[in-house]
Amino acid sequence: MTRVLIVAEHNGVSMNPSTAKCVTCARSFNAEAVDIVVLADDGEQVANEAAKLAGVTTVIRLNHAANNSALAAVLAPQVAQLAADYTHIFGPSTTFGKDLMPRVAALLGVGQLSDVMEAENAFRFKRPIYAGNAIITVQTPENRILVATVRTASYTAAEPTGSAEIESRSVTADIPKHTRFVELRGDTGGARPDLQTATRVVSGGRAVGSKENFELIYELADTIGAGVGASRAAVDSGYVGNDLQVGQTGKIIAPELYIAVGISGAIQHLTGIKDAGTIVAINKDEEAPIFEIADFGLAADLFTAVPELVAALKN
Amino acid sequence: MTFRISSHGQQYPLRDWVHHFRPDMTNVKKILVPLKRVVDYNVRVRVKPDGSGVALDGVKMSINPFDEIALEEALRIKERGEAEEVIVVSIGGQESQQQLRSGLAMGADRAILVETTTDLEPLAIARTLRALVERENPELVMMGKQAIDDDNNQTGQMLAALWERPQVTFVSELTLNASVATAVREVDAGLEVIEIDLPAVITSDLRLNEPRYVKLPEIMKAKKKTLNVLPLAELGVDTTAQFDVVATEPPAKRPRGIMVDDVTELVQVLSNRELI
Repeated sequence: MTRVLIVAEHNGVSMNPSTAKCVTCARSFNAEAVDIVVLADDGEQVANEAAKLAGVTTVIRLNHAANNSALAAVLAPQVAQLAADYTHIFGPSTTFGKDLMPRVAALLGVGQLSDVMEAENAFRFKRPIYAGNAIITVQTPENRILVATVRTASYTAAEPTGSAEIESRSVTADIPKHTRFVELRGDTGGARPDLQTATRVVSGGRAVGSKENFELIYELADTIGAGVGASRAAVDSGYVGNDLQVGQTGKIIAPELYIAVGISGAIQHLTGIKDAGTIVAINKDEEAPIFEIADFGLAADLFTAVPELVAALKN
Repeated sequence: MTFRISSHGQQYPLRDWVHHFRPDMTNVKKILVPLKRVVDYNVRVRVKPDGSGVALDGVKMSINPFDEIALEEALRIKERGEAEEVIVVSIGGQESQQQLRSGLAMGADRAILVETTTDLEPLAIARTLRALVERENPELVMMGKQAIDDDNNQTGQMLAALWERPQVTFVSELTLNASVATAVREVDAGLEVIEIDLPAVITSDLRLNEPRYVKLPEIMKAKKKTLNVLPLAELGVDTTAQFDVVATEPPAKRPRGIMVDDVTELVQVLSNRELI
């Protein structure tokens, strides 16, 4: 009897799509129960959204004033409090889940499996190591609870066609006061589609050259309704904020169309886009490694090719 | 050369003892920085043909780059006069002494090798570090957010849980003010600022700093610094593996694509695939 608990990622108002992807992972090994826990100060709206996900059994609401920001030290004991009823506890492999789930696992005295990309069954999983240069198959113990993070780029989101029960429970765990939220300095993406869920993404690299020149990337993205991403080099150079970084240590994404502009294609970047449907690369250097994995490559100066492309697409 | 805590960790020289009651002088007394020996960042790792793992024979090994960033930050804190001692620790075989010596050459004061020939999972590493924290009483443990070999991103969080102390992961900016630290974290939504009470665990992200280059005189000097070797068994922690790696395979390859001649052709192929 496998019973999976998924920790919802949300911003207090709406659920992050990563949660629905964890549901798909749990359903892939036919878990008997898939529950979602919403930890919030008032999780009503998020819980309603979670309850609509196909395949979800019960949504548990844990309301507490301390839950108005997602601090791992605050949330972990509350998740651990629910563990006894489950065989698996999953969270998304986003900065939220990566921060929280190992803390949950350690509180329960068990190991944690990171970045599950495929389930062979309820106790055998695949995950990438070495920036995706190798894939390992891991057998997990059946007599212990499994805590894991789910690599969201490997799964599609569960459809909002369900109607699960919503159940409120009270927080019994001790909440530490040693960690305090100060502020979130926002999103540079503006009104564009979210990088992690966009079906199209345009990314810029070091060759874009400056923050001002990044306007070219934004213009191309806006022409096709795409989200915007960047290589580590572009973020390090200050062209864009860290929230746009794609790669091993940034975001792992799987859009239908990925256009890499002026990105050479370091292995750490490539690991973040391997699951994209179609990869297009525009780069002046014909030898750039990005062309090894691109479906369509154009060896050209981005400062002429991108405006041309924008003009052609607008026609 | 066995390291015994009775001679080190529990009796402080008078100078330190005085400090203990004058926390305004420095923010922290000790920073512990775990360093993992990993395959160098620039090596392209390949899976062995028999699927038994990745080929590591003769490849260049280095300090995990994220740990190096954590060490750099610890050294800068000390150089600002906000900490007294930076201790580097590695858990692994004799060969990990190379990385500890590099850490000493960067400027760490002393090193500890917890020696084991077994590859340990993050929980076992966290338990081992927890035992070391008990002996050394650092106010800060600073380490990389993840190791670039197994990409787990777990150990700092687990240590913080076992220690029942705050964690700040993915840190790109850190400020100490007496017994409180303010840290900026790189999260999916942007930059999150949080405040924590010390002691605590900090895990570093890429943009926290750029580690220094080590100069030859420092390498020579590092040879004279203390490096204690402590057999893992002496810490008495449970390091049993929980997971069993049953296969290692190369990733699925994307078929090689085509080069187009110009923008017109690019638009054509994309519209053929109904992508635009």
